[in-house]
Amino acid sequence: MTITEEAPAGHIGARRLRKEDPALLTGESKFIDDLALPGAIWVGVVRSTEAHANIVGIDGSAALAIDGVNEVLSGEDLALLWGEGALPCAWPVTGDMKTPTHLPVARSTAKYVGDAVAVVLADSRYAAADGAAAVVVDYEPLPAVVEIEDAVADGAPLVHPDLESNECYTWGLWGDNAPAVDAAFAEAAHVVSERYLQQRLIPAPMEPRGCAAVPSPAGGELTLYSATQIPHILKVMTAVVLGIPENKLRVVAPSVGGGFGCKLNVYAEEILCSALAMQRGAPVRWTEGRAEAAVSTIQGRGQVQHIELAADADGKVQAVRVKLLADMGAYLQLVTPGVPLLGGFLYHGCYDIGLYLFECTSVFTNRTPTDAYRGAGRPEATYAIERAMDSLAVSVGVSPEEIRARNFIAADAFPYESSAGLTFDSGDYQVVLDKAVALAGVAGRRAEAAQRRAAGSSKRIGVGFSSYVEMCGLAPSRVLASLAYGAGGWEAATVRVSPTCKVQVVTGSTPHGQGHETCWSMIVADKLGVDPDDVEILHSDTAVSPTGLDTYGSRSLAVGGTAVYMATDKVIDKARAIAAHQLEASEDDLEFSGGVFRVRGTPEAEVPLAGIAFAAFTAHDLPDGMEPNLEAHVTYDPPNFTFPNGTHIAVVEVDTDTGNVDLIDYVAVDDCGVQINPLIVEGQVHGGILQGAAQALYEDAVYNSDGQLVSANLGDYLVPSAAEAPRYRLDSHATPSPTNPMGVKGVGEAGTIAAAPAVINAVVDALRDLGVTDVDMPASPQTVWRAIADAQGGAS
Amino acid sequence: MIPAAFDYEVAESAEAAISLLAEHGDDAKLLAGGHSLIPMMRYRLATPSVLVDVGRLDDLRYIRAGNGTVSIGALTRHSELEHSAALAEACPLLASVAALVGDPAVRHRGTLGGTLAHADPASDLPAAVLALGGTIVAQGPGGSREIAASDFFTGYFESVLDADEMITEVRVPADRGGWNYQKFNRRAQDWAIVGVAVAGGGSGVSLVNMGSVPVRASGVEAALAGGASAAEAAAVAADGLEPPEDLNADAEYRSHLARVLTERALNAAGVA
Ligand SMILES: Cc1cc2nc3c(=O)[nH]c(=O)nc-3n(C[C@H](O)[C@H](O)[C@H](O)COP(=O)(O)OP(=O)(O)OC[C@H]3O[C@@H](n4cnc5c(N)ncnc54)[C@H](O)[C@@H]3O)c2cc1C
Repeated sequence: MTITEEAPAGHIGARRLRKEDPALLTGESKFIDDLALPGAIWVGVVRSTEAHANIVGIDGSAALAIDGVNEVLSGEDLALLWGEGALPCAWPVTGDMKTPTHLPVARSTAKYVGDAVAVVLADSRYAAADGAAAVVVDYEPLPAVVEIEDAVADGAPLVHPDLESNECYTWGLWGDNAPAVDAAFAEAAHVVSERYLQQRLIPAPMEPRGCAAVPSPAGGELTLYSATQIPHILKVMTAVVLGIPENKLRVVAPSVGGGFGCKLNVYAEEILCSALAMQRGAPVRWTEGRAEAAVSTIQGRGQVQHIELAADADGKVQAVRVKLLADMGAYLQLVTPGVPLLGGFLYHGCYDIGLYLFECTSVFTNRTPTDAYRGAGRPEATYAIERAMDSLAVSVGVSPEEIRARNFIAADAFPYESSAGLTFDSGDYQVVLDKAVALAGVAGRRAEAAQRRAAGSSKRIGVGFSSYVEMCGLAPSRVLASLAYGAGGWEAATVRVSPTCKVQVVTGSTPHGQGHETCWSMIVADKLGVDPDDVEILHSDTAVSPTGLDTYGSRSLAVGGTAVYMATDKVIDKARAIAAHQLEASEDDLEFSGGVFRVRGTPEAEVPLAGIAFAAFTAHDLPDGMEPNLEAHVTYDPPNFTFPNGTHIAVVEVDTDTGNVDLIDYVAVDDCGVQINPLIVEGQVHGGILQGAAQALYEDAVYNSDGQLVSANLGDYLVPSAAEAPRYRLDSHATPSPTNPMGVKGVGEAGTIAAAPAVINAVVDALRDLGVTDVDMPASPQTVWRAIADAQGGAS
Repeated sequence: MIPAAFDYEVAESAEAAISLLAEHGDDAKLLAGGHSLIPMMRYRLATPSVLVDVGRLDDLRYIRAGNGTVSIGALTRHSELEHSAALAEACPLLASVAALVGDPAVRHRGTLGGTLAHADPASDLPAAVLALGGTIVAQGPGGSREIAASDFFTGYFESVLDADEMITEVRVPADRGGWNYQKFNRRAQDWAIVGVAVAGGGSGVSLVNMGSVPVRASGVEAALAGGASAAEAAAVAADGLEPPEDLNADAEYRSHLARVLTERALNAAGVA
């Protein structure tokens, strides 16, 4: 091992290249479809082509005639496999929430295009695809509900007639505020009332989903491999749904090529393959196709938002009132109902607004279920408040930065009790905004914009702001309990120092692209005074890492990283006791730095960690009663969320002749607390910004009135590429979070949360003098051109 | 996204390819760069039972300029057009249009013969060949014939090419007159929502994705010939056309774009 001479200030904060990348870049990493499983049964899923229809008949004869296709099974055939078992929803947000029974394969009625209606079992993936394409399903079409507002209209067809309504639940944060809020609106000098649409988005990680269930029939064990973000949660849920004893079940996530929330779920195919594998005693596997993914994997967003602000004459907001309609889709997946709630606490944004009313009614539609997608509820909230603040600025007659400055939670107000009931940990929103304004050169951009307007140029410049705060580090278990979430929010870690002083870290946090291995190594290396390359990180396999709650909600570092940090402390405590024993000194007299224990004031009396590790292993001479080996386990339940924040500024050039929007500059100043590895932080921010800008400008899951997904492939569903990415200019400001010992907050979702409103505010800013006050997302050239034409009084 | 089963043959020469086509009949398809055919097969929009791979016919990869004509082998890749000094000299429009097709990976695979045979009205190079008044050389079991680009395209993904014919060469006149190509799309790798090619100082103007075939903007050409200004000529760019409608653009917006882009293209081509 390498022992660094200096105090271990070295790694944290360094731009260290990612440990994960050589294997990824050389193709060595093994993804789900790379698993070699001789003799596996391949599953092909027959998916409904109708948004809502009775399944009258399933004719598998043509499929069975194909070489390599062995069986065609209907939902009726398969019902025997799972009995009462239905796909789980872990977040019953209200006691009276309506929960439809969600079978992995529909029995009698298809509820959305993409709903599984039959299954083909074949010898190869090719035969499975041919077979699935050849199954003929006889549908009796039923009326479908496609758009959110139509779902609550009088006489709307019912997605689930047995539930007697399309309303899934209504959840709110209202307390006894209503009269005070009404009074604030009655007295307000400025009232802003806006309606925004959050279009549905299709998550498109590099790797689609896939799973393989491998049984060991002799002992009744099952190993489920899945391209999942949540092997631990998946294990519990599979055990519950299928009645497989947990001690017989192991779940492994191999290398996973991204998820953005869409792999934070328990899917039909995982349950299907597991159940079939147990029944057949043979491996059963399924790999999702890209086009299939567009309808069979959850989608994101899907809301109609009403937001109202009441402000005094100076533009100081007194009250915010929000009503949402949220689209659940046809069924509730793992956390579908909870997604709007994650935003529900944040519609006052980073502003000190004393009166808060939030209400969300969630509805069923005949579309693919929605669920968590990068930011999950928080991008929607940020979009609404940041767009509305710009409208307020116009009404008051001040700049976007001024309206924000007048309303920010003050730096000396932390910890800040929000009107929605949270305790914000730390921040200095004004400093962050000031840095962003300076970096973006806002004054110069505005002068340029004015010059172009004056010259009658068709190339307009717009500057758009978005100041955000997010609740991350999900989550304190007791808070989750109060929100009726079905699990806790802790994370587990084990740290072991081997006889040769190499370090093994077991984390319950499951990476799928984030760089956990790099960051966890840096944390441990700094604390123990070892080289990060001497630290191995084990994860993603319930046999290796039995305890954990996985990766989502910007929680990994703030919760999982903290667990690693604390477990390392415990190891050091034990090592200190051994060192004191060896050096015949008091523990209190020892100092530990650079991997060496020294007796204070007696520098020659020292023992390196390597010596202690070996002594702990041989156990020849340990303090009385001490267990051998240098190892510690910690399960950390965070006392609070963390609250990353920042200000982003987008600069766009809008071609008023074509409606084309060019993102010509993008400045982001983020406060994610202490940064372990700025390289990884920047990567997260870059990708996040592009994903948010994608919602603003490109991506849209378009359904026609029959409930068919029209933008069903990557030619029509426009995921931007590197060529569309803006020039990113980043800065940061750190107010360490007091919630955890490292002062970290999380950064996985920040860019996505901030970017969409910044971009749309910029587009509207560019066109405001033409009379444009709103542009729907995505602001496609045609949409922008029409918005201009409408504002100018009819199409040109 | 998994194609239906097919057989695969490698053709060692154009003649061999043509006889393989004749042998397998309608179910056979030539495979050149594969960047239109394979995506269609993956969606099972095309289900040929035999692919005849002509992608290795390197003798059909050439760009020869001389005597006022540029002759280009059908298997020449878009990237070869893009980077050819001879083409940049003799016919800069074609070289610069090639540089705007898809992304680098697409340009390294896609071929000029393939994009013409595919006859997608949204493709860039067919419209450029059309504006240039090019000629397509097709070889069949009975020998070769020359087809004017203006006679070649007959409908969406349809041309006068017979099932057992292969494009072997494309000829365009050397043209250094005022030229420009305007491609309007949302992502760099995408097909044009609308495109406008101007060749020969405005004597050839064609439109991408404004109908079922790449179209000559004959109204624009006539207006210019009659002395109209660029702006006046551009105003009739969409007249009489029935542009397609899709998620990016309805007919009204496409027509608007055609006018705006035509004016820009004419201005950039130096047509007053
Ligand atoms: C992501 C992506 C983006 C793209 N973007 C664009 C774009 O922006 N603009 C654009 O114009 N194109 C674009 N393309 C299409 C690309 O240019 C194709 O390469 C081209 O259209 C077809 O050429 P190919 O050699 O790949 O033909 P193939 O796919 O091999 O064949 C296409 C058809 O032509 C037939 N064929 C091929 N060669 C011959 C021949 N010599 N004689 C007779 N028939 C033949 C085949 O049988 C088949 O029917 C894109 C493609 C992709 C995958």
